[in-house]
Amino acid sequence: MKTRDLYRREFLTTSLSGLGGVALTTMLAEDGVFADGKQKRVGSAIVSPLAEKPPHFAPKAKHCIFILMAGAPSQLDLFDYKPTLKKLDGKPMPASLLEGVRFAFIQKETATLMGSQFQFQQHGECGMWFSELLPNIAGCADDITMIRTMHTDQFNHHPGQLLLQCGRPLFGLPSMGSWLSYGLGTINQNLPSYVVLTAGRGSSGGATLWSSGFLPSVHAGVLLRNEGPPILNLELPPGLPARLQRKGLDAIRELNQRRYEEIHDPEIASRIAAYELAWRMQSAAPELTDLSGETQKTLDDYGVNRPEPKERSNRAGTGEQYKSFARSCLLARRMVERGVRFVNIIFASWDHHSNLKRDLTYNTGMVDQPIAALIRDLKQRGLLDETLVVWGGEFGRTPLGENRPGYKQVTGRDHHPYAFSMFLAGGGMRPGYTHGETDEISWAPARDPVHINDLQATMLHLFGLDHLRLTYRHQGLDQRLTNVTRDSQVIPELLADHG
Amino acid sequence: MMLQLSRLVTFFLLLLLPLATFAAESAPSVDFRRDIQPILTEHCAACHGGVKREGGFSVVSRKLLLAETDSGVPALVPGRPEESGLWQRITAEDPDERMPPEKPPLPRQSVELIRRWIEAGAPWPEHWAYTPIRRPEITSEGEEHPIDYFVERRLREAGVAPSPLADKRTLIRRLSLDLTGLLPTPEEVEQFVQDDSPGAYARLVDRLLASPHFGERWARHWLDEARYADSEGYEKDSPKKDAYHFRDWVIRAINEDMPFDEFTIRQIAGDLLPDATNDDLIATKFHLQAQFNLEGGVDAEEDRTKRVIDRINTVATVWLGTTLGCSQCHNHPYDPFDTSDFYAMYAFFNNMEWTADFLKEEPENAEALRAERAKKWKEMSDLLERQVHDKNLNTQTQSKLTQFRNYDNSKGFIRYLRERPGERRKTYAFRRGDFLQPLVEEGEVQPNVPKILPPLRPRGARPDRLDLARWLVSPENPLTARVTVNKVWMHLFGEPLAAQVGDFGTRGSEPTHPELLDWLAHWWMHDAHWSRKELIRMIVLSRTYRQASTFRPELAEIDPNNHLLARQNRVRVEAEILRDIVLQAAGLLERRIGGPSVFPPLPRIVAQQTYAGGGKYQLSKGADRYRRGLYTFFRRTAIDPNLATFDCPDSSMSRAKRDRSNNPLQALAMLENEVFHEAAQAFAVRLLNEVPGAPSEATDRGRLERGFQIAVSRSMALEEYRQLAELLAEARQYYREHPKEAEALCGKRTAKNTEPSEQAAWVATVRVLLNLDEFVTRP
Repeated sequence: MKTRDLYRREFLTTSLSGLGGVALTTMLAEDGVFADGKQKRVGSAIVSPLAEKPPHFAPKAKHCIFILMAGAPSQLDLFDYKPTLKKLDGKPMPASLLEGVRFAFIQKETATLMGSQFQFQQHGECGMWFSELLPNIAGCADDITMIRTMHTDQFNHHPGQLLLQCGRPLFGLPSMGSWLSYGLGTINQNLPSYVVLTAGRGSSGGATLWSSGFLPSVHAGVLLRNEGPPILNLELPPGLPARLQRKGLDAIRELNQRRYEEIHDPEIASRIAAYELAWRMQSAAPELTDLSGETQKTLDDYGVNRPEPKERSNRAGTGEQYKSFARSCLLARRMVERGVRFVNIIFASWDHHSNLKRDLTYNTGMVDQPIAALIRDLKQRGLLDETLVVWGGEFGRTPLGENRPGYKQVTGRDHHPYAFSMFLAGGGMRPGYTHGETDEISWAPARDPVHINDLQATMLHLFGLDHLRLTYRHQGLDQRLTNVTRDSQVIPELLADHG
Repeated sequence: MMLQLSRLVTFFLLLLLPLATFAAESAPSVDFRRDIQPILTEHCAACHGGVKREGGFSVVSRKLLLAETDSGVPALVPGRPEESGLWQRITAEDPDERMPPEKPPLPRQSVELIRRWIEAGAPWPEHWAYTPIRRPEITSEGEEHPIDYFVERRLREAGVAPSPLADKRTLIRRLSLDLTGLLPTPEEVEQFVQDDSPGAYARLVDRLLASPHFGERWARHWLDEARYADSEGYEKDSPKKDAYHFRDWVIRAINEDMPFDEFTIRQIAGDLLPDATNDDLIATKFHLQAQFNLEGGVDAEEDRTKRVIDRINTVATVWLGTTLGCSQCHNHPYDPFDTSDFYAMYAFFNNMEWTADFLKEEPENAEALRAERAKKWKEMSDLLERQVHDKNLNTQTQSKLTQFRNYDNSKGFIRYLRERPGERRKTYAFRRGDFLQPLVEEGEVQPNVPKILPPLRPRGARPDRLDLARWLVSPENPLTARVTVNKVWMHLFGEPLAAQVGDFGTRGSEPTHPELLDWLAHWWMHDAHWSRKELIRMIVLSRTYRQASTFRPELAEIDPNNHLLARQNRVRVEAEILRDIVLQAAGLLERRIGGPSVFPPLPRIVAQQTYAGGGKYQLSKGADRYRRGLYTFFRRTAIDPNLATFDCPDSSMSRAKRDRSNNPLQALAMLENEVFHEAAQAFAVRLLNEVPGAPSEATDRGRLERGFQIAVSRSMALEEYRQLAELLAEARQYYREHPKEAEALCGKRTAKNTEPSEQAAWVATVRVLLNLDEFVTRP
């Protein structure tokens, strides 16, 4: 598109979508933009930076709920059943396997293998393996795609999380939610297109994980609180009634419009629109977090009012984590219903170097019920087909117990980038399917490895986007989510329509 | 008859003119940069570029395109398309033979251009940014300003007239915001408007350049490039208590107009200067802005190499306008830099280490502390040394590093960088950028500058950082002056002359006014001796700068992005400046310059979002609540949303050009955020106090007029008054009926002799002024 057209279109949309009123239309007509007097034609042709854009091909998914389990959950204690590892418990690992391998904390000369202490069972028609820690999610097995052979090339939390969220372990890159917002635009007029909910302790990456990087900042993730007013600065100052706020906004609009008529700067029209959208968000966002319209059954299904368990993890921080996480899952569904494109739920306490049994039990107890409820709820409302749910962390954990110097006992596992599990549901993923297999101790993929960039290419594919064509020119390169220096692949076996 | 004949001749000559032009166009006058390079980069470089050289040749340079190929068929035979593999393959009929593979053939037009280019001998002119800077001749009679000469010449060619000069109110507002980041006071505006004497504008420029706030304003631009922050980054993101000394050094250097060459040398190699002062050491903190990962389990040596790489990338971006980072793993995909250039630069920075001293105030027991630190340092550096080869020490090293950093913070040491004493670290290239795979067999890499650029002239046998720093600002270097002038221009026009401020390579855009850029760059080095203030003075005195910024609908078609500079640009002020002017209008701004960073109110959710520091945010008290935005403590993982929402960069990498988004979250912040609301409360009190009197139409008018003068530097129009008077009336009625709400809206401040309901009505009204597009925009 020619710059001139882009400029005009952006100007029109931002103004029109914002005001929807007569005043600005008149203003444009005077400006000669509507010279032919056909408002409709213009109205249907307008494109704003956030207006909906067509994908490259027919999509399956329209929304994504990406549940980032930051800190790296143990695949060995949740999904990847390894009876042989249990038999080898306490034995050293073959030296050949350890050559050239790096660990964060393990002293490899004396480290020994550690089997899982949890029971595993197959679930659903498909016979998918889960440990006893995730009984409710296991109940959704036939809707889930399990990938056992994820691998990454990052070894520390922050770079690993950046790779998972943004495609490369570098700062200043757009996250996946920003890419989707940029590629497809928004399908709602009253809320941001990319929303982030955090629970518990903050993640190591902080705001770098939902940055818009080099993409326009309108695509950045917006951090929502999951209680009280959900967006920053949404509440009116104490003592200011909505009526006077509106009256003030009218004055701002009138004065800005006068200025526009003098200066003709399209940014003024954008600002008028932005103030009007802000006003709409002030009513739409509290409605989003007001759960009074939900049935008691729904609230119970998600566990919105569950108490904390007696045995707590001190890793997870203080406060009512169980309730908070359940609320985030329910809010994710409500956002999808209201057209939010990408929801990131980030919970950061899976770094189980020690006390794995207690802490993992606490964490899984927190996430199991709400996530299962979310999948079932989406399915029942007919939203699962168009909503991709993703669950996973930045890497996995070692089959070796962590014998960090100074630890009296071995009670946890170290960072493990070579093989780990993630699961997905809905949005065109192949239900009831387990992809890939790791070796007998889950050290590395035995077949069908999936790099994080491959998963990202596959996710974009579900949204009707070719990861090679969704690009943005920055620093002289056509940048993309899946890292220009890597040959990333869509994994066809993961797709529901896989023949 | 003669007359008629001559007319006839003219007529025929005119007829011939376009024909001649056409003939010239259809003849093989192909412009390599314009016509050929885009084709090669777009369609060939992915496989035959800097990274992959399939078939043995590459389209990155003429030399590589002429190299011997695997097939034996030369890719390029200048003058002979038919013998050139390149032309044979793009025109092949057989799809298995034809290039690019598995894609439709190139458009006929492109094929034809390539044929004509090869026929013409395949000329490959040097890229504009790498050619020496010469001063283009100015052939004007009269006393035209050099900038106006170049800009207006181009405008004339395009048949466009420049805009009229902006009115004086606009000018003083523009200049105050550009030079100091503050609003002119109503009194300053009036004085300037009344001053009809010659040189009034030039005197205004002098006054603003001499303002101590000039240094604050332009320091912030530099801090964006220096990726300045008050915390270490990554997961721990620990606070750095000494970081602000660098910020203050930059402010001072800019206020004292330290020439840019010296400014450069001190930051890159202040520690290597003979008789380096404490300030020179503080300047090296430029390099300490690289992020430091104190997370447990991190490989300290890997983290060190990451910082070295970050420093190279930053220096390359800031001074050379070059993205060198990709050459870490492979040759640059399209620019003439290769991995050996990258590691030669690496060698300059590979032997640095951080250390610390009391560079400002000495405590009484300074010597004892120095001795204590030296002892600790010895242990620490031994450990670091061993960790390079023994990764079992990772945990221990990281925890010691953390302790050490805490120690420095607690004792008031100021960290800086220096060359490591003792044995020098050897530099080797890494296999595909992996620090664990040094290519020892390829031999030690010696420090050097990229081969495409003029050679380094080292002082001794082994080049060091000081040589590099001096080379960067040597007049032969074609990049530093061009790159820097371009950025200064951007800060005064909203847009640079060459669009990619950090990429002057072949994918960067050519400047809109190449001769102007070169003229300024040459003049700046040779006549202005790298003086930042002189460069800014030169630009702001031009007519081009002083033009009105009013949009010109008639130019929307031919010049939508104002590349011709037929007007000034209007730009929303940056995040920090927005804070500054809101506080200034409210009468709250604390103008103290420098000192430790401060903690204005921050929403709890943001303070908590960082992994390591939740709940520890200690709000600043007293006047420190109202300091300028550049003094806000910059925590990388918990950025003040009042900065981030308005596009303040996250300091993760050097960033010369900020985004200028315009979105509803900004509207919400300005309407409801604690900082902005407090400003509205104080603004109301200010107007009520400054224009005293019982409520009447006259005092209402007087106060609103004063509000306009303060906020937007002009008088209020009648229509505007009516609009606001209506709001005021409605608010008065509401607050008379709702006294509790009135008190709540007023907050802690009270105006003299004013009922709370009256004061509240004014708070509700003056909010409007602080939210106007005109208020937030540099005109």
